[in-house]
Amino acid sequence: MSTAPDISTLTVGDVVAQQTYSLSRDSLVRYAGASGDFNPIHYRDDVASDVGLPGVLAHGMLTMGLAVQPVVDWAGDPGRVVDYTVRFTRPVVVSPADGAVVEVSAKVGQVDAEAGVVRVDLTVTFEGATVLGKAQARVRLA
Amino acid sequence: MPVNPDLAGRVFPPASPYLVGREKIREFSRAVFATSPLNHDPEAARAAGYSDVVAPPTFPVVIQEATLAQLLAEPDAGIDFSRVVHGEQRFESSRPIVAGDELTATLTVASVKSLGGNAMVTARSEIVDETGAHVVTATSTLVIRGEDA
Repeated sequence: MSTAPDISTLTVGDVVAQQTYSLSRDSLVRYAGASGDFNPIHYRDDVASDVGLPGVLAHGMLTMGLAVQPVVDWAGDPGRVVDYTVRFTRPVVVSPADGAVVEVSAKVGQVDAEAGVVRVDLTVTFEGATVLGKAQARVRLA
Repeated sequence: MPVNPDLAGRVFPPASPYLVGREKIREFSRAVFATSPLNHDPEAARAAGYSDVVAPPTFPVVIQEATLAQLLAEPDAGIDFSRVVHGEQRFESSRPIVAGDELTATLTVASVKSLGGNAMVTARSEIVDETGAHVVTATSTLVIRGEDA
């Protein structure tokens, strides 16, 4: 394994990673193909509109999937994320021309030095409002 | 038809085994903006102690999907797919998924709750490898909006 961050240097509240992601309709089509989730609300404006949505939405699982990546990069190994949970609280509407910008900030929520596990709390926002609730990744660092 | 409360505790037959391909992991990694070399480069993954490329933390959803399809297709479930909203998701891993794994998922309905006019179904898919060892548990909470919601 690559070198992990030193758990003894971490304090609750430390911001360990921040990243901005630009989503386009292409991103949604790519995720649909990769995941097998072909719900048309993620690529057809007419279907989204018919079911009362404000527009085509990013897959919640795409938002969940990208939001943990800054944590993976910080930890140095995707295998160190041992538990990852989110609530989907608000949709990310992806405009056909302008796409959508999703911002992720990851901060230390809890340090369990004995177990070698850190809980990282994610704040994920779109247009200034959070889109995931209680987004937490447990990362094994030792 | 409302969601059947008797679903709680029901265990479904295991889904067909899923063979995890290297290119599938790479494709999924690109789709979730995963840039770690361990997701893409077998040499980097081997250098880090893995047998092949490592899947991103949310990859188990691909394997879980077949079990959720079983649940939605259950004749007496009463789950109208057009009213389903994904409420919560969790992945609890014993070890990361790597290319070459042959994985089998088994779904259990953990709970069925009513909340206002909506129903909440929590479905837990236990994913094991070819030796039967636990790899990851994928848990979804689905919100089924009521007729008037």
